[in-house]
Amino acid sequence: MMASSDSATSPADHKRPRGLTPFLRSQMRNIAPFLTLIFLSGFFAIASPSFATVDNLGNILTQVSVTGIIAVGLTFVILCAEIDLSIASIANVTGIAVAYFTLQESYVNIANVPMPGFAAILLALALCALLGLVNALGLTVIGIPSFIMTLAMMQIAAGVSALLVRGQIAYKVPPLITTLGSGSIGGIPWIVIVAAVMLLGGHLVLTYTRFGRYVYMVGGNREAAEFAGLNVKLILGSVMVISAVCSGIGGMLGVAHFGSAQQNEFDTYLLDSIAAVVVGGTSLFGGRGGIGNTIVGLFVLGVLNNGLDHVNIDSFLKILIRGLILLAALIINVYAQRLREQAAD
Amino acid sequence: MSQGRSPILELNQITKAFGGVEALRGVDFALHAGEIHGLVGENGAGKSTLMKIIAGVHPEFSGRFVLDGKETRFRSTRDAHAAGIGMVHQELSVAPDLTVAENVFLGNQPTNRLGFVQWRRMAREAGEQLSRFGIDVDPMTRLGDLPIGLQQLIEIARVLFSGARIIILDEPTSALSPPEVERLFATLHKLRDDGTSIVFISHFIEDILRVSDVVTVFRNGRKIAETASADTTKGALIEAMIGRGGEALEHSYTDDLMLPQPGGGSTVLKVDQLSLSRSLQDVSFEAHSGEVLGIYGFMGCGQLELSRILFGKLRPDGGTLVVDGAARSFRSTAAARRAGVALVPESRRAMLFHQEPVYKNISISILERISALLLKPVRERAIAQRQVEQLQIRPPVVGLDLGMLSGGNQQKVALAKWLTYPPRLLVLCEPTRGMDVGAKNDVINIVRDLRAKGLAIIVLSTEPETVLSLADRILVLKRGAVVREFAGEAVSKDRLLEAA
Repeated sequence: MMASSDSATSPADHKRPRGLTPFLRSQMRNIAPFLTLIFLSGFFAIASPSFATVDNLGNILTQVSVTGIIAVGLTFVILCAEIDLSIASIANVTGIAVAYFTLQESYVNIANVPMPGFAAILLALALCALLGLVNALGLTVIGIPSFIMTLAMMQIAAGVSALLVRGQIAYKVPPLITTLGSGSIGGIPWIVIVAAVMLLGGHLVLTYTRFGRYVYMVGGNREAAEFAGLNVKLILGSVMVISAVCSGIGGMLGVAHFGSAQQNEFDTYLLDSIAAVVVGGTSLFGGRGGIGNTIVGLFVLGVLNNGLDHVNIDSFLKILIRGLILLAALIINVYAQRLREQAAD
Repeated sequence: MSQGRSPILELNQITKAFGGVEALRGVDFALHAGEIHGLVGENGAGKSTLMKIIAGVHPEFSGRFVLDGKETRFRSTRDAHAAGIGMVHQELSVAPDLTVAENVFLGNQPTNRLGFVQWRRMAREAGEQLSRFGIDVDPMTRLGDLPIGLQQLIEIARVLFSGARIIILDEPTSALSPPEVERLFATLHKLRDDGTSIVFISHFIEDILRVSDVVTVFRNGRKIAETASADTTKGALIEAMIGRGGEALEHSYTDDLMLPQPGGGSTVLKVDQLSLSRSLQDVSFEAHSGEVLGIYGFMGCGQLELSRILFGKLRPDGGTLVVDGAARSFRSTAAARRAGVALVPESRRAMLFHQEPVYKNISISILERISALLLKPVRERAIAQRQVEQLQIRPPVVGLDLGMLSGGNQQKVALAKWLTYPPRLLVLCEPTRGMDVGAKNDVINIVRDLRAKGLAIIVLSTEPETVLSLADRILVLKRGAVVREFAGEAVSKDRLLEAA
């Protein structure tokens, strides 16, 4: 069929003698965050004797766990080239809801509705799934951009939180949540194990399942995905629900971890989770990256936050430094995309 | 033409590889002032790559690049612009949400001393320039509201009027109607006479012979021949391009062609009274198993909308679709795919994942069949390998990123994804647009194989040759309505054009 008789190129010619440089270029987004992590770890290890210890590694792991749980779902969303700004609010409202359905001490002035532990957990999970579903419907059926839709949801979830606690603080959560959030087994905090299992689960789904492939393809070229006969709206809707449920789990365990449930408790987790995903090298344009990147991003943030505490820095300067590191990561993210496009051109 | 003078642009021994695949091997190329230089060659022969080097798109290559007698290197397209080189790429790159005037002046809007855009002056000058080019549109209309053919003409006009002295046109005529092509050629000749150099890439060899002074032929990344257009013929060029007796391949379709008598294939698709706001009016037809139905019409006749409705991407305002005897109203493209409908759209950007390997591009539409929950990459690769071999996709490496394949091979990948589990109805939009003779022939053979397997196939095209080379029965669509059906009778290019 094809002009093979005259083609001077035999298949052997196409065994690609790919140079190392194009390969490195295309892997830039994976390498750069890893180098950042090694650099930061090395820097703090030299700057502070208390940083590079087994105990402190445990601290870092515990400190990034809640962010890690939330970031699992967010990774799915960002891989689809969407964004979820309601993650922290949904985490907060879910944590408050699980406390709301648990019997509180008499001095806690909340009109709570006590229920058996499993029912409280299921209701809290149903709540975050429902909020995720609202995000999903707004995005896919009505067609509101996810940035705006989840901005609205951020307020809605904060509003529900406010109505449930009315400025009060609740302390009790079901025993299972207490154990997973603040207990430990064999010296390892349960919350670290949960975060690890969820990250692993997210990775397996993204890498080895059909759904995971669809997520990458929809993020890579949404129009082509639609022309390939994929149900793009269903996939986008699913990732919004996954994100909300991960946030909810992070919120419940977070409440147990902090020992209290109150308004605005998770505010910093919005920026931290987005930063973890993006610093790790997952493309904001979708289709590139994954849970592996998110894990590296989590460690970069964890090492940075923890290390800055060890080196006795002005705590107000810390905020600025975090911002600068985030900016640097975003620059790398955009550059890596460009380099990759050049390598593929 | 201007062989006596020294060229304004000269390239020596240009070599360029993408991920180990050599696209150009030691190519020499010279362009003189006041010359229209035609480039022909099969897909992947290296024409577009060479032009992208000239336009600064690919800054990395080996070889000498001499402009105005001085060795130069462009680091970006900006450098090329500054040196007076403008390129119109094969794929439309306009800003559909801006006005016509803004598109014409994209990047250099006239401003007053304070830096404010002078809208009235811009609109007036854009209007004047376009009317010189024979385009009569209100410069303040949104570009995206115009038909694709006009958008393309405006993009070409932008480059032509940007003051560039070297202009590269990559397949400029494929989306244009015959009168639009005439207008373009007249303008090109005028520019040439004013001393502008023009490179003209096209698969339409008649166009090349008509418009250009010199023709260069590429094959497999090498320059095969360069001759004056007056000294060569279509047959000779085709033979140089593909390296075999080519006259028989490119049928001219000027003579009458007998369509076969409609056979007894079962009805796979029945469309009744389909309408869509301003695009389609009461369109009714049937598609049968084992038959290729051609739908011909000019740009903007409603073909694209029709194909989108069949594949569930657009929902019609009225009318019914019956697929395999069941009335359907697709809520998504996934629903259409499950009902046995497949679509290959006209734009490669819209149908392929350029940053993903070939095998993922092939398996994407059939993953449901291969895997229930977990992926089976080994099976995916094996299926892709079989398609790659059957369709002779080059290079035959299923793990290569799709972006590294040439346009024609990408097109074959787009077809390949529907072939492992053939659908009941295959809808092809412009299946051979921008393809060379050899690849066109491949596609024709693939379509015939599929027809023999009993698929119902619909081919929608604005090129009469495409429809005539593939179809057993032809509908002519005009302003959203079916105006003529050719079945079991004589048909020719003239008759089609006349009906449309």
